Amino acid sequence: MTVEGTAARSTPRRSSGGTGKRASAAKKASTTKSASAAKKKKTAAAPTEPQLVQLLTPEGERVEHPDYAIDPSPEELRGLYRDMVLTRRFDGEATALQRQGELGLWASLLGQEAAQIGSARALRDDDYVFPTYREHGVAWCRGVDPTNLLGMFRGVNNGGWDPNSNNFHLYTIVIGSQTLHATGYAMGVAKDGGDSAVVAYFGDGASSQGDVAEAFTFSAVYNAPVVFFCQNNQWAISEPAERQSRVPLYQRAAGYGFPGVRVDGNDVLACLAVTKAAVEHARSGQGPMLVEAFTYRMGAHTTADDPTRYRRAEERESWEAKDPIQRLRLLLEREKLVDQEFLDGVEEEADALAKRAREAVRAMPNPDSMAMFEHVYADGHSLVDEERSQYAEYLASFATEPESGAAAQGGK
Amino acid sequence: MAGTRMPIAKAINEALRGAMEDDAKVLVMGEDVGKLGGVFRVTDGLQKDFGEDRVIDTPLAESGIVGTAIGLALSGYRPVVEIQFDGFVFPAYDQIVTQLAKMHARALGKVRVPVVIRIPYAGGIGAVEHHSESPETLFAHVAGLKCVSPSNAADAYWMMRQSIECDDPVIFFEPKRRYWDKAEVDTESTPGPLHGARIARQGSDLTLAAYGPMVKTCLEAANAAEEEGSSVEVVDMRSMSPIDFDTLQRSVERTGRLVVVHEAPVFLGTGSEVAARITERCFYHLEAPVLRVGGFHAPYPPARLEDEYLPGLDRVLDAVDRALAY
Repeated sequence: MTVEGTAARSTPRRSSGGTGKRASAAKKASTTKSASAAKKKKTAAAPTEPQLVQLLTPEGERVEHPDYAIDPSPEELRGLYRDMVLTRRFDGEATALQRQGELGLWASLLGQEAAQIGSARALRDDDYVFPTYREHGVAWCRGVDPTNLLGMFRGVNNGGWDPNSNNFHLYTIVIGSQTLHATGYAMGVAKDGGDSAVVAYFGDGASSQGDVAEAFTFSAVYNAPVVFFCQNNQWAISEPAERQSRVPLYQRAAGYGFPGVRVDGNDVLACLAVTKAAVEHARSGQGPMLVEAFTYRMGAHTTADDPTRYRRAEERESWEAKDPIQRLRLLLEREKLVDQEFLDGVEEEADALAKRAREAVRAMPNPDSMAMFEHVYADGHSLVDEERSQYAEYLASFATEPESGAAAQGGK
Repeated sequence: MAGTRMPIAKAINEALRGAMEDDAKVLVMGEDVGKLGGVFRVTDGLQKDFGEDRVIDTPLAESGIVGTAIGLALSGYRPVVEIQFDGFVFPAYDQIVTQLAKMHARALGKVRVPVVIRIPYAGGIGAVEHHSESPETLFAHVAGLKCVSPSNAADAYWMMRQSIECDDPVIFFEPKRRYWDKAEVDTESTPGPLHGARIARQGSDLTLAAYGPMVKTCLEAANAAEEEGSSVEVVDMRSMSPIDFDTLQRSVERTGRLVVVHEAPVFLGTGSEVAARITERCFYHLEAPVLRVGGFHAPYPPARLEDEYLPGLDRVLDAVDRALAY
């Protein structure tokens, strides 16, 4: 028998037939798997599914969960309702503003109000949030002026708000990058000996990114006080969640050695309770936790997207029955915690907010031509200085032309 | 400590030590930087003296290292990150280019991300693939980053101190084959600006411009040229972003000829930018076109061929001769 070096091997180690068989078998298995996963998913969102933490049913009934008790005051419940209504109204207005040509793009959060409001209302002021670009409800709860969110979608800046005034970082567009920033920030908090928590928002699509996997690793290894809040809205543009994972996303946490939990993302009370627990877990030195908010993106990915190309209307309709605002309103009405005056008041506030957003967008000035040279560096850079002054000179060369042109015309 | 002779690796070590002593927010992080002291021993002894909380052995994930360094910087720290070898920086390239470089501008100046990324780079050590590359252009091309490379121990010390003090992200390219070259380091002196070029050798017939490992090669070439009767000036550029074109311009206005040398491929390299700018600035002073000497448009070759790929004395002198022949 001769020992054959791999490099010298003339025939492939794997026969193409065998590979083909294995591939097709795997394919078959995964098809069956995804079919059953799809079936499972349907029931997963149902109230009877044990793995889904739910405290408020789509019918507006309060239910108990052994691990996540919550007893919000009527005031808090009304507050959550108001947050969600205002956020939805603002979001709808932004979509309309895009249709009117006032915004270049908008990423709607429609349907995800409970996940965002519930999780964000679980936080303290000193906690820090790292959002994606769809966290308009979280921004609202953090006290970021909603009109600030519109600048980047209008194209007058790339964010531009001060992340440190509300402990709400800038929207991050590259998918998943911010989970590492959140982890690093949390490592810093731990080094400082503080008890703040850091929350990284991301989505089902981002869960496939290496940065998210690395954020899980780093946070686990360093026991960083970070909460990974994944809004699984079922769709990454046109790709269903099944294209991102063979296991429910919350189960990924187990492989990294920290807890993961799936919560009804359309249930604001469950999102509040579970995030409170996760944040407490982080604060008390127990390290990271993954919360998967099982929700649904009711609208398009962004205003540039057309979901009719990849999903059926029936799917959306089935999720309409689980609307996050409707179920809280049913509870509030049944328990007589609101009267018509309150509901009308919230609607009025929502209209006023929409009007303010409209007016703010229309009044938003274009940035100055030279603004692109500002803030490229904190400590300056000679090339930027050179190009800035050259471009200013170039612009100035036009400024004199209309004058001389006008003078020439006047002469005629 | 004033006026001690030490190699480049030790000078960087001393700079890190000094920065950590002066500022409790300075952290060192990377793969094997702790007990081992880094694969080149640049961080030797730092974990022992500053603890695991400040000299952090990280998981083996470069994007994670840079991404968490960004988060640490946002929370007020000044992380100095080690990427073990040049060819291993690319998993972190996304974080460096899309996040680190742009965050200050994106926030309209309201946040700062003072992260230093140390990269032992360039060839000449007979290493396997991915351990000998010169990727500096890929970083210098990105607005928001600053890129520097010291050529000697004194610069290594001061440029590291200045990079850590800088409020911008700095990619710090360390000439790994020169790590053990010794020079006098005066830690009490006042350094020049981080991005200023330095006349390493005066001459009147031609200017050789280089940075990092190629400065030594150019100095040797200048000495050889001297024996042949040519007076060659050597400019140590020190910084690839920004580039100190003023110093280069003044030199070329005197000599009338410029050859730029780097290990990185010539095509679209730092030398190309220098050639274009100096041609614009010194058109009427030039006696010859600006020539470039560098790596080829080929993957870095196996170690047994690297002497062919790397600009050595002969290839530099060949370019000097060609420029002088105009």
